[in-house]
Amino acid sequence: MITLSMMEYTIEQLEIWNNRIEQIVKAEGLNCYQQEFEICSYEDMLCYEAYVGMPSHYPHWSYGKAYERSKTLYSYNLKGLAYEMVINSDPCLAYLMRENTLLLQILTIAHVYAHNDFFKNNRIFTEGTNADYTLEMFKNHATRIRKYIKDPSIGYEKVERILDASHAIKFQTTRVVGAKVISEEEKKEQLLEKYYQESKVNSVLDGKKEIDFPELNRIPLEPVDDLMKFIITYGQLEDWERDIMQIVMEETKYFIPQIETKIMNEGWASYWHYRLLNQLNLSQDLYMEFLTRHNQVVRPFLGSINPYYMGFKIFMDLEKRYGKDKIFEVREMERDQSFIRKYLTEELCQEMNLFQYDKKGRDYEIVEVADELGWQQIRNTIANQVGMGGIPYIKVIEFNQKDGSLVLEHEFDGRELELAYAYETLKYVRELWGNKVILKTQIGQANKLIICDENKKITLQG
Amino acid sequence: MATFREFDGRGRDRAAEDRRRHRELVEDSIKRNIVDIIAEESIIGENKNKKIKVPIRGIKEYQFIYGKNKPGVGAGDGNEKRGDKISQEEMKGEQGQGKDQAGNGEGEDIYETEITLEELINYLFDDLDLPFLERKKFNEIETEKNFKKLGYQRKGIPPRLAKKKSVVEKIKREKAYELGRKNAEIEDHLEENKRFPFKEDDLRYFRIRQDVKKETNAVVICIMDTSGSMNINKKYIARSFYFLLYQFVKSKYLNVEVVFISHSTVAKEVSEDEFFHKVESGGTYISSGYEKALEVIDKRYNPSIWNIYAFHCSDGDNWVEDNEKAVKMAAELCKTCNLFGYGEIQLGYYRPVSKIRSEYISKIKEENFSIVTMTRKEDIIPALKKMLDKEKGLRE
Repeated sequence: MITLSMMEYTIEQLEIWNNRIEQIVKAEGLNCYQQEFEICSYEDMLCYEAYVGMPSHYPHWSYGKAYERSKTLYSYNLKGLAYEMVINSDPCLAYLMRENTLLLQILTIAHVYAHNDFFKNNRIFTEGTNADYTLEMFKNHATRIRKYIKDPSIGYEKVERILDASHAIKFQTTRVVGAKVISEEEKKEQLLEKYYQESKVNSVLDGKKEIDFPELNRIPLEPVDDLMKFIITYGQLEDWERDIMQIVMEETKYFIPQIETKIMNEGWASYWHYRLLNQLNLSQDLYMEFLTRHNQVVRPFLGSINPYYMGFKIFMDLEKRYGKDKIFEVREMERDQSFIRKYLTEELCQEMNLFQYDKKGRDYEIVEVADELGWQQIRNTIANQVGMGGIPYIKVIEFNQKDGSLVLEHEFDGRELELAYAYETLKYVRELWGNKVILKTQIGQANKLIICDENKKITLQG
Repeated sequence: MATFREFDGRGRDRAAEDRRRHRELVEDSIKRNIVDIIAEESIIGENKNKKIKVPIRGIKEYQFIYGKNKPGVGAGDGNEKRGDKISQEEMKGEQGQGKDQAGNGEGEDIYETEITLEELINYLFDDLDLPFLERKKFNEIETEKNFKKLGYQRKGIPPRLAKKKSVVEKIKREKAYELGRKNAEIEDHLEENKRFPFKEDDLRYFRIRQDVKKETNAVVICIMDTSGSMNINKKYIARSFYFLLYQFVKSKYLNVEVVFISHSTVAKEVSEDEFFHKVESGGTYISSGYEKALEVIDKRYNPSIWNIYAFHCSDGDNWVEDNEKAVKMAAELCKTCNLFGYGEIQLGYYRPVSKIRSEYISKIKEENFSIVTMTRKEDIIPALKKMLDKEKGLRE
């Protein structure tokens, strides 16, 4: 039995506070999954953090690394440990750290309900994830991975090799949530249809103009952005290797909505904990602590963006200007990119003292400030970088069936790839693909080819 | 109505196995670097307490990420103007919570640690599980017990508390704590000179190994082919190999002498500096090196008193007419030495089997003869282990 002597509150107290919060939550119109709280120690919390909230996650050294890192940062007080963690699942599961003060638990409970509501109602989540299957899915993944580890013909190291490589390209999967997948067969038909339409028109109007017959043997017929799936389909992999890639892909699919809505989700939760706690008639002591904690959570970070701060500011502003119905609509329809583009106003940019900078040698130079001339540029920069926009977009151009090589292209938007990372990542692609891999990209004005040959030797051309 | 429950982990440490594996990978990475590090060190005369900086590469998780030319946006205090410069330090101020977005971290995982040469070597050898060298029966004199400090550890018995180190650890934590508070802008409700007590985590204990020295004398005879074909890369491997070997033997005996013999078609005893840096041209008579070694042993190191270890590194490019003599001399060395090892250095993927090596394999049947091949620096440590393991086999 766990000793409660460390806690400055009892479970009964938490339940009483929770009841009050839950009543206001309902009255305010938040629409939540059934909520479950688990009180855990700080060590457990470190563990949950490392394993993306899933204690039943499959094993991999990177989670051990994450654990050590959090622990080190935490013990040097360089980073506060999360007060809570919320899982996008139905029922919604949240962990509360036992060491939190009573006020922190109250604040966290309120915060959790808003995340819960967000998971249940935001379009990206409802279309992209399957909340009642979450825990089941992670358990199932872990079971499959462990099975391969235990299989004497496979074993730990082979599994690790595939996991290492799959993790390296896990975000190189389709990023459009809920997109309809068109099969290669359907694409083929579309291409043929297009060809016949065009040649019909042409033969009448201008007999000389030749239209090339579509290359129907080309793989892929048209560039695709799902490198993971492409390798699963066309790579020369064993079934179990394919399955591991599939697992990593499913997990990424589960997390993309969270990546895509970080600012909104945290802003929504901060907006609501603020609003809810103000209705709780807290004693003066608790109220003072609440203000301190709240200001800590939504404070600006010098030189970077605190998603809690920015999201909170925008929702407060929206509510002030358009009323409560509007914010509910926004939390349902948007993701960070559209949220920023539509609702980060000039006034907000100025209020938050936003500026844009470039790296110049060892230092940074301010290139835009949030005045009349600069704020739109700043807004656009943020909108382009949030969510999956922070991850380079890379497409599969061609599987060269003569020499077995794979040609990829980085869609250049002015941001260059970090070459040292690109080289190493390309080696992982080669590891999975089993053959030469070529990546087209751009550095400055120049087109470049990064080639990773069969022996994982990297050359940069162009 | 929400439910509350207490999580009971029943002491189960979910992350233990993944942490163990991560540490293992980090250690592997250090070991891969060790060869680079020690190749820079001078073989003898370095103080074993000399501190060297060792870059420890955290195991990076590579992904496609954007480089430094991407623009950034941040919040300021409102006084920023276009063209203003901000130093890296100011920008780094506080990025705590915002940084956990997947795939975005540039992940500066390289950090440096300072350790002594001795710690480094021990670190390497402790894990390698190298065999203890066999001792010559008749000079097995048990010297006094020797407690050797081998760095620090987190657990220990009170008498071994390393007070100075523990204080340093506490100060480190205190400074980091202050820095952390400053960065987090936590208002200081606490008085300035609040006590900052020791935590269990700060305490360090000496790691101690009890050595019972049984004999005192050992000599390592390093014989290297310095002919024209031994280029700088091959010497780099030889140098690292000899260094580790020397360190290992040194850790097992109180008194170790080293003899350097370089040879092309003739051999001579040289200084360490000459041994590693002087390039000679011309052909190769391996036997000349062995002959010289036998001569040195005869003059200065009586095998009944000295434990003799002779090692020869060459690229195997021996002149054919010398092969027979070389084999004979090698057999001679095997009779005189505790262990005689031949390390062949062949670079690149294409590795012809040298004539001399196949001669050794077919003709030298002595148990204490060992052959290894090294083609790249990663081979050095396994080669060393294999060569020294030979003795383990003998002992059993």
